[in-house]
Amino acid sequence: MQNRGYFNQFGGAFIPEILVPTFDQLEAAYLEAKADPAFWQEYVDLMSTYSCRATPITYAENLSRHFGGAQIYIKREDLNHTGAHKANNVMGQGLLTKRMGKKRVIAETGAGQHGVATATMAAKFGFDCTIYMGAVDVARQRPNVFWMEQMGATVVPVEDGSATLKDAINEAFRDWVTNMDDTHYVLGTACGPYPFPEMVSWFQSIIGSEAREQMLARQGRLPNRVYACVGGGSNAMGLFSGFMTDTEVELVGVEAGGRGKGIGEHAARLAYDDATIGVAQGYKTYFLQNNNGQMMDTHSVSAGLDYVGVSPILADLHDTGRVRFEAATDDEVVAAMQLVVQKEGLIPALESSHAFAQAFKEAPAMGKDEIILINQSGRADKDIFTVADAIDDPKWREFIITKADQYRARAAAEGGVE
Amino acid sequence: MLEQYIKQRLQHKDLLLMTHIVLGYPSYDDAMRLVEGMVEAGVDLMELQIPFSEPMADGPVILKANAQALKAGATMEKSLRMAEQITAAFDIPFLFMTYYNILFKYGVSDFVAKMQAIGIKGAIIPDLPPEEGSEYLQAMQKHGLDPVHIFTPNSSMARKQQLNKHTSGFMYTVARKGVTGKDTQFGDELGDYLLDCRQATDLPLALGFGVKSKADYEFIRGKADVAIIGSEAIRVMEDHGVDAVGPFIRSIIT
Ligand SMILES: Cc1ncc(COP(=O)(O)O)c(C=O)c1O
Repeated sequence: MQNRGYFNQFGGAFIPEILVPTFDQLEAAYLEAKADPAFWQEYVDLMSTYSCRATPITYAENLSRHFGGAQIYIKREDLNHTGAHKANNVMGQGLLTKRMGKKRVIAETGAGQHGVATATMAAKFGFDCTIYMGAVDVARQRPNVFWMEQMGATVVPVEDGSATLKDAINEAFRDWVTNMDDTHYVLGTACGPYPFPEMVSWFQSIIGSEAREQMLARQGRLPNRVYACVGGGSNAMGLFSGFMTDTEVELVGVEAGGRGKGIGEHAARLAYDDATIGVAQGYKTYFLQNNNGQMMDTHSVSAGLDYVGVSPILADLHDTGRVRFEAATDDEVVAAMQLVVQKEGLIPALESSHAFAQAFKEAPAMGKDEIILINQSGRADKDIFTVADAIDDPKWREFIITKADQYRARAAAEGGVE
Repeated sequence: MLEQYIKQRLQHKDLLLMTHIVLGYPSYDDAMRLVEGMVEAGVDLMELQIPFSEPMADGPVILKANAQALKAGATMEKSLRMAEQITAAFDIPFLFMTYYNILFKYGVSDFVAKMQAIGIKGAIIPDLPPEEGSEYLQAMQKHGLDPVHIFTPNSSMARKQQLNKHTSGFMYTVARKGVTGKDTQFGDELGDYLLDCRQATDLPLALGFGVKSKADYEFIRGKADVAIIGSEAIRVMEDHGVDAVGPFIRSIIT
């Protein structure tokens, strides 16, 4: 590789030797595409015909009035095909996969959004597709597993380690070190070895460049504060990149506060003090690990933020102070989501609801002439089971029981389970 | 230093054997008995793996061994103490195999100094390419220890030559793509690949990934200098107990 992808002390490419030529090829394809304006045009055209770009910005009039402070605007990444910003990165990497002449794609997925997006891309471009997903996440995100399988992808539940996102990433790498010749690994967030953090952020920067233009066109000015949730960091990097050099715009990354501080209770690598710098999964960043360097379990109500590491680019922006990091707890997040549903009729994913929760803490203290922009990174259709559990909706429970009874009766009639 | 040791041994027999254990798996006591059984059976070198929660380059057998060791309470302190006992008790060279975060969190230079202090002769760090390893490589050199790197069937001649510059002791060559512990087809291609490896380095060649049987071992004779058995010995222990490993090793080398 020509570069190692460092952002001060963070990043790098700590890759097994067998993948060195694969990364050489990937870096070359990425740099070539980046230098080719026709590639970006092809990407934008694809996203505006296959997905829903440019996604709009919605003024949240009722929420703004409710809090009585800043004017709240929402960037609608939930309107992408497959319901999340993940589509941006996936389609970009799909075009690169074609350029590299590969025929198969693999991906890890946490919430399942990246898996679904990758499966759609594979269906559209005619690639074989295998998705690695932690067994815990398979259990809590069944609707996404269903769609991935319908689209022809093989979904492999990963039982190792904590059976969540990081373990799915390890397993995807194990596949890749065997099948690199015909396979591209579509990493789903701005993490992993160089060039992934930079490349994924580049594809996601379409969010920020649109948002900046849209704010200027609509309001004639930039927002005062911009909020995005941070799992691996791709939607945050995407939105923030549009305002990175506008130093008057405050950038706020919101991590999963889970059940609060204390290792094992959350997935806040930057907002809390529980993470330390380490090297795993091919890159150097802050990890939630013990002092022996073993990765620790994380917790979040949202599968997509439940991850031990964080984008090396965001780790650097944390240390330089350009981005402020906060955490929202599970309870705050579910409450914020319900409020958005009730006040605006929008349905933010649990991941995205972290950004809303933090913005809601700060909006009341801001002036009416100030502007907040929140990234609604995805929609919550996939979260229906989790949310119904969290708010303990009796009608939903009844529905599931009835449905289960029907399946049970059918299975008995077919001579299956008792 | 490992290079001299290997070359000396090669004057008496034409193929050496290196094995692999995971410190703390299934327990520290059992791992100690495992080492004892292997050394008595005639193993020439051994890798001691310090367990890590994210062993990205390892296949199912060693991956589980890492996870189980950690679950059973393996720590850095215990692993280092045990390594020290092993090097004191047995008269063959031992290397550490682990992932970079283990060194990084300990402090790379401190870790390397510690290796020397407890009698470890070299290290294999599969997620640390030389481009990222300058602190490690300098410390290894300063302490007279051997950093071992890996040749793969994907490595170009230029890459092999570059790796050779940063390697001492011996070169670890993997027989195929993929992770540890899966089957390898030992055929003509492998012979050609090893000839290629010889051109890139004067160091002894150790061949690993998928060596399981006496037939595999015999196939390697005359092509590489050291055969490496990793996952298979762990599998034998899991299926037949710690005491079965010595006889298994003996059945391969005699
Ligand atoms: C809707 C949504 N938002 C956010 C994330 C977090 O990922 P990232 O931090 O890369 O944007 C996910 C991940 O699955 C997601 O599905």
